[in-house]
Amino acid sequence: LFVWHLKKTGIRQIPCQFVHLCHVANDRLITFQYFNFLKRMYVTQYNKDLSQRAKPKSDSIVSPFRELQQFDQEKKVIHKIRPVSPVHQPLSETSSRNELREIKSAAETADSVTPVRAEPKDDRQWKEMKLRLDDLPGILARLSKIKLTALVVSTASAGFAMAPVPFDLTCFLLASLGTGLASCAANSINQFFEVPFDSNMNRTKNRPLVRGQISPLLAVCFAASCGVPGIALLTLGVNPLTGALGAFNIFLYTCCYTPMKRMSIANTWVGAVVGAIPPVMGWTAATGSLDAGALLLGGILYSWQFPHFNALSWGLREDYSRGGYCMMSVTHPALCRRVALRHCLALIGLSTVAPVLDITTWTFPVISLPINLYISYLGFRFYRDADRSSSRKLFFCSLWHLPMLLLVMFTCKKSFLEKEDKGDLLGGNHGRAMEIRLP
Amino acid sequence: PPAHSHNDWIGPPDKHSNLRPVIFYAPPEESPLERRLREARQEAQACDQRFWARHNRAFRQEKEEFIYSRLKAKGLEVRDETGQKATLNAEEMADFYKEFLSKNFRKHMQYNRDWYKRNFTITFLMGQVALVRALRWLRWKKKNVGN
Repeated sequence: LFVWHLKKTGIRQIPCQFVHLCHVANDRLITFQYFNFLKRMYVTQYNKDLSQRAKPKSDSIVSPFRELQQFDQEKKVIHKIRPVSPVHQPLSETSSRNELREIKSAAETADSVTPVRAEPKDDRQWKEMKLRLDDLPGILARLSKIKLTALVVSTASAGFAMAPVPFDLTCFLLASLGTGLASCAANSINQFFEVPFDSNMNRTKNRPLVRGQISPLLAVCFAASCGVPGIALLTLGVNPLTGALGAFNIFLYTCCYTPMKRMSIANTWVGAVVGAIPPVMGWTAATGSLDAGALLLGGILYSWQFPHFNALSWGLREDYSRGGYCMMSVTHPALCRRVALRHCLALIGLSTVAPVLDITTWTFPVISLPINLYISYLGFRFYRDADRSSSRKLFFCSLWHLPMLLLVMFTCKKSFLEKEDKGDLLGGNHGRAMEIRLP
Repeated sequence: PPAHSHNDWIGPPDKHSNLRPVIFYAPPEESPLERRLREARQEAQACDQRFWARHNRAFRQEKEEFIYSRLKAKGLEVRDETGQKATLNAEEMADFYKEFLSKNFRKHMQYNRDWYKRNFTITFLMGQVALVRALRWLRWKKKNVGN
């Protein structure tokens, strides 16, 4: 039950061990930290999957975790701690990353070593299926996969920021809110559809519907009460195109991707499109039209999904096989690795196209080349070695690669003022426009 | 769960199916609609439990057999010198996972269809029950206010 909750709280409550990891991250740009912060929430969510099969390396770190786990008996406390991911993942320092991974896998060891204590009375007991109002926010946060939603909103904001129009704060906020609501709705429906399968997979067995903390009816009502206002907000408050994209994305995710996961490996491609649409939505929210720039940003995110997901799924093959999920990593492992590598290289290509489309200056492909080459290198290693360690390296790299790429893209954004001088104004203004000074 | 409770109770995950069993509460004044809902949920629970328990057991068994046959082929014993069970690494197990998945594909397709159908029916019934209860409560409220 609390295996991965406590793992995270365990990690959180050892500041000393993480100070030397954090100090690396501390002197980065705020925006970058913002992206990374959100990404790390994603990391801790997924890290459990990767470390669940890792053979424990260091047993020495186990004891501090054991003490800390005893503190967190209250379910409520854990709910509240959960949405705030504390782990600052170091960026390019391989040694600290290894350390982090070791600690995380050690944390996982701690959890597996002390399963009885880690699963306090709650999991062994029968619970009354009554909805408690003070539990509700936590439950809904988990139902809507709030961390993933936050990441989706951040990619949409990136799309908005990259659009070559004056920055409009109200539009930005409306677009972000609408996207967030749409994402909550989609995630809730996804969980609604997948209850017995989620129960059987380690990564997902603590979801609210699986644990009976909320009834399916309430989950659907919540989804509707997020989705309908979200899409309405996008359609009426931003523009109909963004609203349509949002609605389409919800449909794609819940009605195409979710059932397809159990039918065909093509689900990964559909899922990549689902991930690519939010930045496109951000762009259309700003400009009101589907420009080449929007498609490029979508393309970058589309390509990114593959090394990210394929590397992740490499470690989950047993659960996928038993759960009946059709994933490339299980059925077509060679294809899985090939596709991941292919798309790492595609990222290089797409980064080069950006200045051609006047979205960024030519410094962008130059500056982004090192990180793109690095992820391609890891993709190649994954392709060649096809083992756990290379898949994990690739996965962790993808987590910092995307925010970094988007940040670099933003800093290399072609100045709107420059374009205005050239008399080339794209898109329209939305209400009170605020021009921000572009770097 | 205590006998006086008026709610359903959900238990820890089952050892075989990993699903959490629910004990449903049947109130004395249960309406036919509510009874239909409860019975549908009970039946669904039983179906799911049957499917997953059998499926997981088959998985475990076939995995053991696979490991055994592979170890045999390599000329190794099931238990090594220290007495620990020998395991295959992830790459060797990958063949098994692939085979297991494709073998059970049709079974999963069938189960998926049934699961979606059951899920929608139950949720729809829940909606109906909730609606009826809400209307009843409103009527009661109006009556009280009238008095």
